[in-house]
Amino acid sequence: MGLTSQSTGRSTTREIFNIKRNNNEPVIALAGNPNTGKSTLFNALTGLRQHTGNWPGKTVLRAEGSFIHNGRRYTLIDLPGTYSLLANSADEEVARDFICFAKPDATVVVVDATCLERNLNLVLQVMEITSKVIVCVNLIDEARRKKLRVDADKLSKKLGVPVITTAARSGEGLPRLMDVISDVVWGRLTPKPKLVRYTGEVEEAIARLEPKVRAAVGDGINARWVALRLLDGDTKLVQAMEKFLSEKEIVRVAQEVLA
Amino acid sequence: MSTEAALDSLMEEARSITGSSQSKVRDSIVNSIYQTAENIASDVVSCTSPKRTDWDRKIDNILTSRVWGFPIMFGVLAVVFWVTIAGANVPSSMLAAGLFWIEDRLTGFFMAMHAPAWFYGFLVLGVYRGLAWVVSVMLPPMAIFFSMFTLLEDLGYLPRVAFNLDRFFKKAGAHGKQALTMSMGFGCNAAGIIACRIIESPRERLIATLTNNFVPCNGRFPTLIALASIFVAGSVSLSFSSALATLAVAGLVAFGIAVTLFVSWTLSKTLLRGEPSSFTLELPPYRKPLVGQVLIRSVLDRTIFVLGRAVVIAAPAGGLVWILANTMVGDASVLSIVAGWLDPMARFMGLDGFILLAFILGLPANEIVFPILIMSYVSGGTLMELDSLADLRYLLVDQHGWTWLTALCTLVFSLCHWPCGTTLFTIQREQKNWRWTVLAALIPTTAGVVACIMLNNLVCALGLVY
Amino acid sequence: MNNTVSLGCLTNGSFALVTELVAEGLTRRRLLDLGLVPGTKVEVIRRSPVGDPIAFGIRGAVIALRKEVANKVLVNPL
Ligand SMILES: Nc1nc2c(ncn2[C@@H]2O[C@H](COP(=O)(O)OP(=O)(O)OP(=O)(O)O)[C@@H](O)[C@H]2O)c(=O)[nH]1
Ligand SMILES: [Mg+2]
Repeated sequence: MGLTSQSTGRSTTREIFNIKRNNNEPVIALAGNPNTGKSTLFNALTGLRQHTGNWPGKTVLRAEGSFIHNGRRYTLIDLPGTYSLLANSADEEVARDFICFAKPDATVVVVDATCLERNLNLVLQVMEITSKVIVCVNLIDEARRKKLRVDADKLSKKLGVPVITTAARSGEGLPRLMDVISDVVWGRLTPKPKLVRYTGEVEEAIARLEPKVRAAVGDGINARWVALRLLDGDTKLVQAMEKFLSEKEIVRVAQEVLA
Repeated sequence: MSTEAALDSLMEEARSITGSSQSKVRDSIVNSIYQTAENIASDVVSCTSPKRTDWDRKIDNILTSRVWGFPIMFGVLAVVFWVTIAGANVPSSMLAAGLFWIEDRLTGFFMAMHAPAWFYGFLVLGVYRGLAWVVSVMLPPMAIFFSMFTLLEDLGYLPRVAFNLDRFFKKAGAHGKQALTMSMGFGCNAAGIIACRIIESPRERLIATLTNNFVPCNGRFPTLIALASIFVAGSVSLSFSSALATLAVAGLVAFGIAVTLFVSWTLSKTLLRGEPSSFTLELPPYRKPLVGQVLIRSVLDRTIFVLGRAVVIAAPAGGLVWILANTMVGDASVLSIVAGWLDPMARFMGLDGFILLAFILGLPANEIVFPILIMSYVSGGTLMELDSLADLRYLLVDQHGWTWLTALCTLVFSLCHWPCGTTLFTIQREQKNWRWTVLAALIPTTAGVVACIMLNNLVCALGLVY
Repeated sequence: MNNTVSLGCLTNGSFALVTELVAEGLTRRRLLDLGLVPGTKVEVIRRSPVGDPIAFGIRGAVIALRKEVANKVLVNPL
């Protein structure tokens, strides 16, 4: 089977990632630091039984499932945990590539309520790539036990994206989370991420690079973010970008998928 | 201009903007992000009670202490084995009784139908028996061990093991997270191989991949346990026997760990030379596992897993063994002829031809090795009821001349031989290079053959046996 | 306050502020990802039974580093 006209743009990227999904099912990615409860949340939402375990690195492969909310089906992707989007190991690469190049319709960043500061590092990075971000402050039961209070409304205001507190293991907060996911996917709620302001020098350099990046890679991927990665010399990411963005590769992979 | 070329030239440009201070720019970027995170977090998180006892620290003070760290680690391992050994006995013999009761009914049914002997033999004595053996001997220990292990995992103990052991892996030129991939290997070596993805450095990941098989997986555990129970514990009173068997199994696992470290060290000094990479490991807080849920789920999981594999692998293997044992060439069966070919080599290693053949036929899955062996022993001699360890002992020792040395060599070879088919397939998929896959089979096999030959000849030379 | 030492030398229970990373390449990136940027407060929590690796409290999590890696983090003891 050859390439059809549909296999361009978004659907092609999806084919690269080989997501088994029906045409118009929105794709939701679960990202986050290791051991924050992504797989537990995934299981709670999809009813599947992804392995979970109390150590960072339990999930190393992408898993896929779906849930139905208000009569609509959503595809949910469980990703390996990662400390940052500057990936080092094979499992983290899986997560980075998906968040950066698969263009999920929403990305839920699962964070650990008991060490928010460390987890916000990833949230801020994800917000630079996509605006469709929802922050899920998980393990809220544990935070309560440790007498920590997280002000979700304030956090939401500071970040500019919706924030939901959950305890995935007991199911607390999940209905709210699903509501917000659907709101973001269908455009009833538009997150407006407040991006990190860098130092003067860096911002200047970004301003110089950004237009050129946009001209080169188009609107397919956030130009500011690519400019930043070019500035910090992430060669591995540039390689990945070449792999996922160059048309030759898309055609090759798409043919492989369709063959 | 192609995207590729455009990106490359942009990369050039970025480099010219930052000039020689690129690493400063990177630091400044990370710095700004963390600064922002810090500001936000300090604004939204409040602590309502300033002084609390930090239980995690208190527990870690004991579990990773200089004095207690290692004893507790081995203690925990021993408890897991002990519970498995002591707990598996009863369900095993109940399952055996039940399944062989069904076999009798099946036999009656086939007799009443006047079914041809070969048809009855293939289906009942081959296929059904293969299934029954795997389910009754292998399933209970697998399910119990897996549950215990999942509990430890959910508790958060595994990273502490990696923390305690990292120094040894460092000495061996390997990565500390190899302890985690080995832990996964206890459940299933294929899962252990996939878990190797958490190791960043390709060199260290390869070391972990090539040595994962030295950890006895769930499918090999019951064999170790059965043999240990028969030979180590068989001679003492019942109350002592599980404790002794536990010690034997724990010793064997410790031997496997020692071999892992030695082979890792050898690899990192020869084939996979290189600098140790950076090792970072997060020690998560301890969490109370949902005990009931874990137990139910892992027992169910294992049962479905074992039953599935029993149908797909053990049943056909049982049929195959029956055919081999009943196809006659001259007055010997194919099975015994092939076993005869293997016999000289096997004897030199302290085994016999049937044992080696069982290992070879067991390539698809480790849990069928022991059942195949029993079936090929039984099919040669008179049929008998085998539903307790005492019967097994009779079969092995009195009918087939096993000594404690045979058992020991079988145990060592079970620990050190080629990985099962699934694991080899996974290694190939992960490393995408057949050379590593071949090496992954060769390394443990060589280690096992050498160890068995040395052990056998040493013991015989010393006159400790016969 | 100019007594910069490497993180691996501190005794258990002490606190310090990160001043500089002397690591390069991947190790540097890893350390930055873990939150070891200049100005970060680090607590030395414990050593493994055989003395290495060492566990540190960094931004709310307990993270173990091997001694050589920890020595690439320069700090001002508090
Ligand atoms: N108390 C509590 N524990 C939770 C909650 N969510 C997850 N856990 C536990 O946290 C641990 C980690 O959960 P996982 O779902 O495996 O975490 P993960 O984010 O998928 O981890 P990686 O795959 O390693 O990135 C498990 O032991 C869970 O049982 C929660 O809301 N409350
Ligand atoms: Mg997970």
